Amino acid sequence: MNNGIAVDLRNVVKRFADVCAVDHISMQIRDGEFFSMLGPSGCGKTTTLRMIAGFEFPTSGEIFLHGRSVGTTPPFRRNVNTVFQSYALFPHMTVAENVAFGLRMKKTPPADIARRVTEALELVRLGDYATRRPRQLSGGQQQRVALARALVNHPEVLLLDEPLGALDLKLRKEMQLELKSLQERVGITFIYVTHDQEEALTMSDRIAVMNAGRVLQIGTPTEIYERPVCRFVADFIGETNFIEGRVESVEPGGIATIISDDGLTLRGQAIRPVAPGANVTLSIRPEKAFLSVQPPPPGTPNCHQVRVERIAYIGSDTRIDVRLGVRLFDLWEQNSRSTLDRDAYWQPGETGYLWWPAENAIILTE
Amino acid sequence: MVDIQTPPSVRVVGGERRRSPGSLALGAHAMLTLAFLYAPIVVLVLFSFTRDSFGVRWTGFTFDWYVRLLADQRLLTAAMNTLIVALISTIVSTIIGTMTAMAMERYRFRGRTGFDALLYLPIVIPEIVMALALLAFFAFSFGLLETLFGIRLQFGLATVTISHIAFTISFVVVVVRASLKGFDMRLEEAAQDLGANEWQTFRYITLPLIMPGVIGGALLAFTLSLDDFVITFFTTGSGVSLLPVEVYGQVKRAITPKINAISTLMLLVSITLVFLSQFVQRRREI
Repeated sequence: MNNGIAVDLRNVVKRFADVCAVDHISMQIRDGEFFSMLGPSGCGKTTTLRMIAGFEFPTSGEIFLHGRSVGTTPPFRRNVNTVFQSYALFPHMTVAENVAFGLRMKKTPPADIARRVTEALELVRLGDYATRRPRQLSGGQQQRVALARALVNHPEVLLLDEPLGALDLKLRKEMQLELKSLQERVGITFIYVTHDQEEALTMSDRIAVMNAGRVLQIGTPTEIYERPVCRFVADFIGETNFIEGRVESVEPGGIATIISDDGLTLRGQAIRPVAPGANVTLSIRPEKAFLSVQPPPPGTPNCHQVRVERIAYIGSDTRIDVRLGVRLFDLWEQNSRSTLDRDAYWQPGETGYLWWPAENAIILTE
Repeated sequence: MVDIQTPPSVRVVGGERRRSPGSLALGAHAMLTLAFLYAPIVVLVLFSFTRDSFGVRWTGFTFDWYVRLLADQRLLTAAMNTLIVALISTIVSTIIGTMTAMAMERYRFRGRTGFDALLYLPIVIPEIVMALALLAFFAFSFGLLETLFGIRLQFGLATVTISHIAFTISFVVVVVRASLKGFDMRLEEAAQDLGANEWQTFRYITLPLIMPGVIGGALLAFTLSLDDFVITFFTTGSGVSLLPVEVYGQVKRAITPKINAISTLMLLVSITLVFLSQFVQRRREI
């Protein structure tokens, strides 16, 4: 009946007083999927999560959990568990009591509780910490207790509200991989809220990019990064160069020629149909454009002689700013040779030829 | 090898601490303050053990007055009444006070600010005013009930208990609210998320975490009820009496060390309760 859909949001709206936090959101989250809601703070991702958990009820629209409408079902009657950003561990209980809480509320037989609590703590590698109090644990350990406390209930869906936000960078990277492998092992649907695009790209099967209460794009990390549907998504995920212009002509296959506002002739790939005369934005990722000393063969598209303005050597890459028309164009060159030879790297003031294949530039209409 | 030398400029200071005149004065001031606070009580306790039947001279040590106390039926009854009133009023005012504190901390409602002020008023209202108000209120209500329904009610333990509930609620609210201030609401959400309904959330999460505040409030209410004189005096009516009023009555007739003895016992109970509440509230910080 639910066709493998764990959570189905249909036209969900949430208004607080006169603020519209969530504005007609529709999305379907599949069973067993690692799904992320990604966006800047205030984009409505946490409100959406709280509506799935039952802490907020939608102003209008419907939410289905495995086909059952749960619009106004209180949180304690939904088989959904949350890992909070602050962990929200109960300070007056031991780690084991924290993890057992959900099962106790469901009147699970004590023997089952003991077994499942042990299993859950083993799962997050905290088997030896059962009798500790939350405040005796490090941030990362507390985070894992929160995870065990939720997972022990075998929820239909696990909601995670920026659970790694309070951890330091190194631990966060470790936990990202750990969370992902944990999700694959338990096979539970994870809905993950974050404002960290790298985190979302690393872990997710699919990502919903949100802004101002709306979903802008839903897709795999590759789709989101390589084929952003609008300027906001292209800008929010990764880095990019934007060039505004007007469509001159369109060829079959979506390759279009564009005259930029400062008179450059550029070619790019249209994702959505565009017509000549339309105002568009070209988005070129810094790693998808190239700079060469020798002029590329005649007929190479998007080829412009440019001057290097600034360089930043960051180890794996060199970030180069070149002057293209009125703007600085950012491109990254991988340092694939190991050498101290100055000539192997670009220096400010040098000139070179900037170019990119037409399909590396995305034409955005919004 | 590293040669470590003591820099010649370092001189060893300390060993004896010089007392400045200022610090001496400060010490004396502290002692005087303590004496000012506790000298009367020391005298009271001391003279509960004197043989002198007027309790003004020290003529030797005796437990006699404490023994006589146990034989004084009026005093024992009054003590019993006091305990009953204190116990019931504490339970009721703790429950109402805790509920009120929760409502005030949790919800934004119309007239909340005004209600807040009203809640604290009983703490600052002169007790005599409160007592007279309660007296007038009961007299008026009883009159009304009699004329309307023919029900005759009288002053007694019930009226005292109700009055004590009325004036201790505010104190409970103050103490419980303080413990709710630092309460993390997300813990309640976490509990509900894990399947606890509203009652279970309160029972297993909220209450245990604010328990030190609740117990502190209850002990305060109990102590206040135990030694209240003014309100008790006005709302007991004739026939029943509570300990503070009974002691007052006996003092009017004759001052004997027996009064000192009963006062010492009351003091002991109050001090124990205060220490208990301090202890419970400190446990919170562990």
